[in-house]
Amino acid sequence: MELLSGADMITRFLADEGVEYIYGYPGGAALHIYDAIHRQDKVNHILVRHEQAATHMADGYARATGKPGVVLVTSGPGATNAVTGIATAFMDSIPMIVLCGQVASHLIGEDAFQETDIIGVTRPIVKHSFTIEHPSDIPMILRKAFYIATTGRPGPVVVDIPKDMTAPTEKYEYVFPKKVKMRSYTPVGRGHTGQIKKAVELILKAKRPILYGGGGLVLGGASELFTQLAKKLNFPVTTSLMGIGAYPQTDRQSVGWLGMHGSFEANQAMHHSDLVVCIGARFDDRATNNVSKFCPTARIVHVDIDPSSIGKTIRVDVPIVGTATSVLEEMLALLDESKTQLEPDALADWWKQIDAWAASRAGRIYEPAEPGETMKPQQVVEAVWKATQGKAYVVTDVGQHQMFAAQYYKFDKPNHWITSGGLGTMGFGFPAAMGVKLNKPDEEVVLITGEGSFQMMMQELSTCSQFGIPVKIINLNNQSLGMVRQWQDLNYQARHAQSYMQSLPDFKMLVESYGHVAMKVEKAEDLDAAIEKAFAMKDKLVFLDVYVDPHEHVYPMQVPQGSMKDMLLSKTERT
Amino acid sequence: MRHIISILMENEAGALSRVVGLFSQRNFNIETLNVAPTDDPTLSRLTVTTVGDERVIEQITKQLNKLIDVVKLVDLTEGQHIERELMLVKVKAVGAQRAEVKRTTEIFRGQIIDVTPSIYTVQLAGHASKLDAFIQALGSSTLLEVVRTGVSGVARGEKVLSL
Ligand SMILES: Cc1ncc(C[n+]2csc(CCOP(=O)(O)OP(=O)(O)O)c2C)c(N)n1
Ligand SMILES: [Mg+2]
Repeated sequence: MELLSGADMITRFLADEGVEYIYGYPGGAALHIYDAIHRQDKVNHILVRHEQAATHMADGYARATGKPGVVLVTSGPGATNAVTGIATAFMDSIPMIVLCGQVASHLIGEDAFQETDIIGVTRPIVKHSFTIEHPSDIPMILRKAFYIATTGRPGPVVVDIPKDMTAPTEKYEYVFPKKVKMRSYTPVGRGHTGQIKKAVELILKAKRPILYGGGGLVLGGASELFTQLAKKLNFPVTTSLMGIGAYPQTDRQSVGWLGMHGSFEANQAMHHSDLVVCIGARFDDRATNNVSKFCPTARIVHVDIDPSSIGKTIRVDVPIVGTATSVLEEMLALLDESKTQLEPDALADWWKQIDAWAASRAGRIYEPAEPGETMKPQQVVEAVWKATQGKAYVVTDVGQHQMFAAQYYKFDKPNHWITSGGLGTMGFGFPAAMGVKLNKPDEEVVLITGEGSFQMMMQELSTCSQFGIPVKIINLNNQSLGMVRQWQDLNYQARHAQSYMQSLPDFKMLVESYGHVAMKVEKAEDLDAAIEKAFAMKDKLVFLDVYVDPHEHVYPMQVPQGSMKDMLLSKTERT
Repeated sequence: MRHIISILMENEAGALSRVVGLFSQRNFNIETLNVAPTDDPTLSRLTVTTVGDERVIEQITKQLNKLIDVVKLVDLTEGQHIERELMLVKVKAVGAQRAEVKRTTEIFRGQIIDVTPSIYTVQLAGHASKLDAFIQALGSSTLLEVVRTGVSGVARGEKVLSL
């Protein structure tokens, strides 16, 4: 029998759970735990410069690897600083465990120094949360936290740890709980076979079908099966923003991603389809546009692990609750068995139509800058795509640069497109990219950011120096909060209230002051060489401050309150 | 439509606030709510009445089911069920009103459970609409305090909500 203090149980549990890195920041209520971290060498702690960064690092790691990220913060301000990162993970269903120090049990409720009811604060943005009430509960509660965070529809779990629970003198028996069972929580399993049969019947009858994959395919490791299904059916394939990479975008059947800034052909195909087979997406408002005008002629099959996602925003003809992998396997098997077979050219007319939409390149035409002109952000992303052969992990912040990255980088693999889709958190990108790079040291990890977003988390340059995290940063510097400015151009007669910045730092000097490499790129003719140079420096964080056209807008763009197909294609054209 | 949703949940700190938080966070409506531990002290039974169309009720039950602390739930209004609510009413009872209140209480099969020279406290249990009717029937009497527990209920017959 092994006797450990609560603090030692935490580090020991994390080691037993196979956690290699945790991200955090110390403070009074967490100091027993920090001391325990100091006395072991299995779990490595990455000291960030702001707790929000710790959550985004854990989040980026989780998105790239599918494993839960672990965060450790102190009570009060430490915990509240983590809130934005918890909400970000919650909105995108990312598995994360956030361990929060708390004031000692006997002080709770007394407005003690650095006391915050973090369980209350985070209640609407967690999958679940726990408070440790006795040190001997620590192993089981942590086990449950990991179990809940990683199974079913994943999400963040907060564990509140009053300081007395980790006191070094109070020791209890430690056993790593192998099994966990909760009578009130059973993750969803296989879908209903009858429903899957109904879906397959619709699939075999459809004349204008489309497959619509979401982030659930990425989270559920179902991309390969999804691709098999698409190939077998020869259906066009679109994804949500979060589903990018679930199907190879350079493949002929891919029509790109859909929604507000999605491709013209994806949105047209959705609108005109007679069958939408959606797997692991949740039909949010940025994807559907006005729900009352959504896909007027389509039957809808919706497969999701979360029953509450089905029927939440749009009516569904065939709801299927189940894991993406199990449902896809069953669909594939049923199609193999089925007597009715797809005719090879049953979809010929539909494909002709789709190919024509795609060939129009509507909304995707921009004029790359001539030598001497200010660059277009789109061309910078395309250059990065080429330089990395489409193989990099691409992490973004939020704004125009995010949409350009999604539009002009083509992803052929899941887990490589890492963006804050649901919450749209500026500041997410840099720490998330760090989390990816730290855990994928041999892979190319590129952050595509904007000067606005980067400034929200730029203190992490210091963390990168300390731990040697050589991410590549492409700062699409349009000297403005571009996405805000675009909306002001469109909706407020170009009154640019607080959307531009007159006091930008010299990013090159700033980045260099932390010991990293930085280059300023102002001319189109210097771009390729700068990118090449940056990627050649394998062990260095390299920051490219790329000046781009501040007047550029992201197109295509769905018309507010319209149907999916109603889009602005440029500053002067619309559908 | 009014629905009665009955929930069996873990009797854990914070469980109730998750349920209540869910309703406000998602803009669902709570008309009445009551909660107490069951014969099994590790479980609580919570009953909530709410109004909404079919889609809203479906979302409410799905979202509630998603809460980790919720073990099981049933929408009682989907089947035959019995619902009851308890009410305590403190009412002014002087002069002619004294006999009047007493008579009304008897008609409604309530009990007067506390008496002062000028006040009756009446206890009444039944369907929520019966309690409403009693208040109406008291008419001109001066109501000093009305305390209602909110609805609780069970399905009729064999059906039970248990582990
Ligand atoms: C934390 C946070 N605050 C505000 C916003 C609203 N917002 C969305 S995009 C944007 C501008 C982003 O500017 P920048 O990072 O420079 O990107 P750009 O659009 O210029 O490419 C703002 C302010 C947000 N998404 N997140
Ligand atoms: Mg900008």
